[in-house]
Amino acid sequence: MSNEAVLHAPAGAGLHDAHGDHHHEHHHETFISKYVFSMDHKMIAKQFLITGMVWAVLGGLMSVLFRLQLGYPESTFPFLEDILGKWAEGGKITPEAYYALVTTHGTVLVFFVLTAGLSGTFANFLIPLQIGARDMASPFMNMLSYWFFFAASIVMLSSMFVEFGPFSGGWTAYPPLSALAAASPGSGTGMDLWLIAMALFVVSSLLGGLNYIATVLNMRTKGMSMTRMPLTIWALFFTAVLGVLSFPVLFSGFILLIFDRNFGTSFYLSDIFINGVGALPNEGGSAILYQHLFWFLGHPEVYIILLPAMGMVSEILSVNSRKPIFGYIAMVGSLFAIAILAFLVWAHHMFVTGLNPFLGSVFVLLTLLIAVPSAIKVFNWLTTLWRGNIRFTPGMLFSIGFVSLFISGGLTGIWLGNSALDIHLHDTYFVIAHFHIVMGVASMFGMFAGIYHWFPKMYGRYMNNTLAYLHFWITLGGAYMIFWPMHYQGLAGMPRRYYDYSVWESFKQFAELNRFISTVAMIVFAAQLLFLFNFFYSVFKGRKVTSQNPYNANTLEWTTPINPGHGNWVGEIPEVHRWAYDYGKDGKEFYLSNHTSRSRRKQSLIFKTEFISVIIFQCSRITGALFLSKIRNDKIHRNQKTNSITSSSSQTKGLHVIDKVHLELYRGFFLCHLLFAGAKSGRIRLGHDYTAFCSRHANHR
Amino acid sequence: MATTATAPTTKSWGGGKSPFNVEYGKVMMWYFLMSDAFTFGAFLISYGTIRFSTNGWPDPNEVFKSFPFAPEGMNAPLVFVSIMTFILIISSVTMVLAVQAGHNMDKKGVVKNLIWTIIGGIAFLSCQAWEWNHLHHEGAWWGSNPFLNHDGTASSTNFTNYFFTITGFHGFHVFSGVIINIIMLIMAVNNKFEERGHYLMIEKAGLYWHFVDLVWVFVFTCFYLI
Repeated sequence: MSNEAVLHAPAGAGLHDAHGDHHHEHHHETFISKYVFSMDHKMIAKQFLITGMVWAVLGGLMSVLFRLQLGYPESTFPFLEDILGKWAEGGKITPEAYYALVTTHGTVLVFFVLTAGLSGTFANFLIPLQIGARDMASPFMNMLSYWFFFAASIVMLSSMFVEFGPFSGGWTAYPPLSALAAASPGSGTGMDLWLIAMALFVVSSLLGGLNYIATVLNMRTKGMSMTRMPLTIWALFFTAVLGVLSFPVLFSGFILLIFDRNFGTSFYLSDIFINGVGALPNEGGSAILYQHLFWFLGHPEVYIILLPAMGMVSEILSVNSRKPIFGYIAMVGSLFAIAILAFLVWAHHMFVTGLNPFLGSVFVLLTLLIAVPSAIKVFNWLTTLWRGNIRFTPGMLFSIGFVSLFISGGLTGIWLGNSALDIHLHDTYFVIAHFHIVMGVASMFGMFAGIYHWFPKMYGRYMNNTLAYLHFWITLGGAYMIFWPMHYQGLAGMPRRYYDYSVWESFKQFAELNRFISTVAMIVFAAQLLFLFNFFYSVFKGRKVTSQNPYNANTLEWTTPINPGHGNWVGEIPEVHRWAYDYGKDGKEFYLSNHTSRSRRKQSLIFKTEFISVIIFQCSRITGALFLSKIRNDKIHRNQKTNSITSSSSQTKGLHVIDKVHLELYRGFFLCHLLFAGAKSGRIRLGHDYTAFCSRHANHR
Repeated sequence: MATTATAPTTKSWGGGKSPFNVEYGKVMMWYFLMSDAFTFGAFLISYGTIRFSTNGWPDPNEVFKSFPFAPEGMNAPLVFVSIMTFILIISSVTMVLAVQAGHNMDKKGVVKNLIWTIIGGIAFLSCQAWEWNHLHHEGAWWGSNPFLNHDGTASSTNFTNYFFTITGFHGFHVFSGVIINIIMLIMAVNNKFEERGHYLMIEKAGLYWHFVDLVWVFVFTCFYLI
């Protein structure tokens, strides 16, 4: 078996011996074995990527649809009836369809796009290439992993076409909505299909994860010790460990749920009384138990999504600042700390479930501890940028965007991690804003960064930079404009998941803000079409890569041929003698000697990008402030009219907090921006000499 | 290519061979077992959560007191399950012997001990089938619990719910283990391992089998002892 061959051969032989001829004799591979049931990790990565992109478009489209309802609750859109049929009769999305859209959007984006699409793509693509392996430890299991994911995708997709629609009880699938088939239209067949899809997904993730772990531990080329591995690989390794240890708990939870649904058990169901009459035969179960099981996966899942993005960002920042990554060991250590803490904080999603307050405070402590490794990572990224010779490739821009988003979203995480504050903020738009920025958009940025950066390796062609820049600025500005205002809404108590805010007197004031968010959401979604066009056009028609190592990077994937075949290297696998971030002592010198002619153009680009970034950030800031003052005026106006003392006092109190948040968050945000600006061209100089820490790093080699 | 991290000569060890000196399949098996341990852990912890938030629980000495072919009303608490446990543990011993024989490239020993392990596994599954069948005849099933608490009040159905779910899930693992062992046996008989020059697959199957036994110890403790 070729697996065995990969394993037992000394580094370098293995697959090459077994399949050595494949590089030159492509006609031996049929379409099916090359593109469909491929066992080449690079092709499997592309399969994950394309499937993930399809899901990202679907999930994004869903968010646009329900944002239409939120932004324009009184309007009708006849075209919706054409798309959704009876779920949008008369051009207005029904409440059931709205919940189904929200649920599917969450499930799809969290699991199918940002788990399978992100780590499926980049773990498969980068692990063998960056550690110097011919393929994954078990190419067959790898293929199986994709096809389980594909099956999960098909089942999830089909759940959207059953009579009563897909599951509509939220992506967390809390019982009793998920346990009782009669609870909501989607709780019947829709939920069954949802569970089947998720079970298949868990299998896929297990097969993939085991493979990634075994490959990283066992298949490294000669000289590639653990401490020389690129941070991407470390991040993907910890991600795989998280997945392998947390998905089974979700799996157990789902099995119990399936029994509750189909076999009359009461794991999650207890006495439910309607009008004083017992509505169910069940007794003794606990719906909270499900939440514990779910969030034991759910929280590590956040890091399963985030860590790969962190790893790729570390790599791209270092390569494009032409500097060694700052604090390599600290970066690995903080990844490890995050991975450990990920398992110890799940109950911070459950502060309002009646959790013992003492237990709550333990979880507060552990949750806030995550801020430490996160801050270490942020500072290390910033110090990597500091006085580097930054090349603003699209991948680099998205990486910087990731850092910005991670800071903005991370700061609100510190708020939410406090059990006392969480009582107010739980299930409000503040939470939506927090996790979309820090986990959703940030990881999406990591994914974009990875795609732009490794596209030349994947397809042997470049993507178009102009389109990429456009895509970046619209997406970054748009992401902030969508999610920033949600903080205000959340602080004012606007709950998530409501179908129509216009019927609530207290939330009517946000009608305009909601409309603004919805409009930006549509623009941002449209901007993603730029990316899609750029991607698919470049796959076939992009400028061809001519140099083996276009970024002058230090990692092994750039030592393979421009279009590597199955087996990756022609001849011997290279041996490694240095760590992955061994850029010259003086980044500037290195940079100039290689790119003298282009440096001037790049410099002017730096000014342009900086200028645009200032404009966009300031615009979003001013927009927020304008809305704030508008709300305040409206309120004063209304209070004068109604003289309602109770509402006025509570609302002014709320606004007071809003003002504070506004200040605090923008202070952090602005500071980071200043740091970037300084780092970009080395114009801000401190006494600390760059070469000093370079030589300190030299000792690590 | 000035910055490439590779160079053709110079000696310095790093990767190339596993730092744990095990092959990838065994690494995978260990991680799979950790993963599976979390599955069972989740089951048993949720069992504990429900059990200790419920008033009253049936006495295992009352529930598991029957024995096949024994006269009606005979009181043999936990005797049958002790025999089941004994069978499973003995099958672990024969599995160790099979692995040991594999190390010594002793095909006969591998085949003989694998057969005994498979017999042990099937015997355990048969015992479990009898026990489930017996409990079912007494009226116990998912969603129905005929047993009473110590104080004579009706007991929560979650006793039987968890019992059948968890022992069933464990039984499914034993069943998969038996299938794996049968495949190993066929491969061993057909000289597959002799051709490869090693019996590593037997070792991996052995890891799985021991894990299943270990889980049984916890399941046994949770449902039969406390």
